[in-house]
Amino acid sequence: MAVPKYKTSKARSRTRKSINMKLSAPKLVECSTCGNKVLPHRVCPKCGFYRGKQVLNLEDIG
Amino acid sequence: MRHRVGFNRLDRRSSHRKAMLRNMVISLFRYERIETTKAKALECKRVAEKMITRAKTDSVHNRRTIAKDMNDKEILNKLFTEIAPMFDGRPGGYTRILKLGFRQGDAAEMVILELVEKTTDKKDDKKKAKKSAKKEEAVAK
Repeated sequence: MAVPKYKTSKARSRTRKSINMKLSAPKLVECSTCGNKVLPHRVCPKCGFYRGKQVLNLEDIG
Repeated sequence: MRHRVGFNRLDRRSSHRKAMLRNMVISLFRYERIETTKAKALECKRVAEKMITRAKTDSVHNRRTIAKDMNDKEILNKLFTEIAPMFDGRPGGYTRILKLGFRQGDAAEMVILELVEKTTDKKDDKKKAKKSAKKEEAVAK
C-alpha cells in the first residue's frame, strides 16, 4: 500500500489550510429605509422593511 | 413520464409529512401569512398554489377533490369564495416568501410565507395607516 514517505510539516499543512479553510466575512448591504447593515435579500430585523415596504410590524411581535 | 420532478421529504415519514403540510396549508389560508422555515415554506407553497389554481373554478368536483386534502370545511369555503376569486387573472405566483434570517438554536433559515393578496380590505387600511406612521418614524430616525 502506498504510504507517505515524509511527515507533512506544519508549514506545509498550514499553507494549504490558509487557502482552503479561509473564512469570509458575510456580505452585508445597507437597509434602504433605516441604513442598518443587513444580509442581502432579507427583511431588515431593525425596522421590518423589505424593498421599501413594511412587511413586519415589530411592535406586534413585541 | 414524471422524471426529474422531485420534492423535499423534510425528514418525515409520508404520513407525518402529509399531515404537516395539510395543517400548514390550512393555517396559510386562515391567517394569510405564516412564519416557518424556508424548506417547509417551499413545500407548503406548491401544495397551496395547486389548491388555489383548482379553486378558481368553483364546482362540486373541485370542492371534493380539494376536500380530500383539507379537513376544515370553513377554510375550504373561504378558499373557494374569498381567496381564489382574488387571483382571477393571475397565472400562478399566488404566494410570496420573504426571508427573515436564521433561527437561534439550529440556524434554520426562517421565512414568511404569505398570500400575495389579502382578503380583508379593512385590515389593509389599518396596516397602511401603520405603515405610513412607521415610515415617518423611520425617516425621523
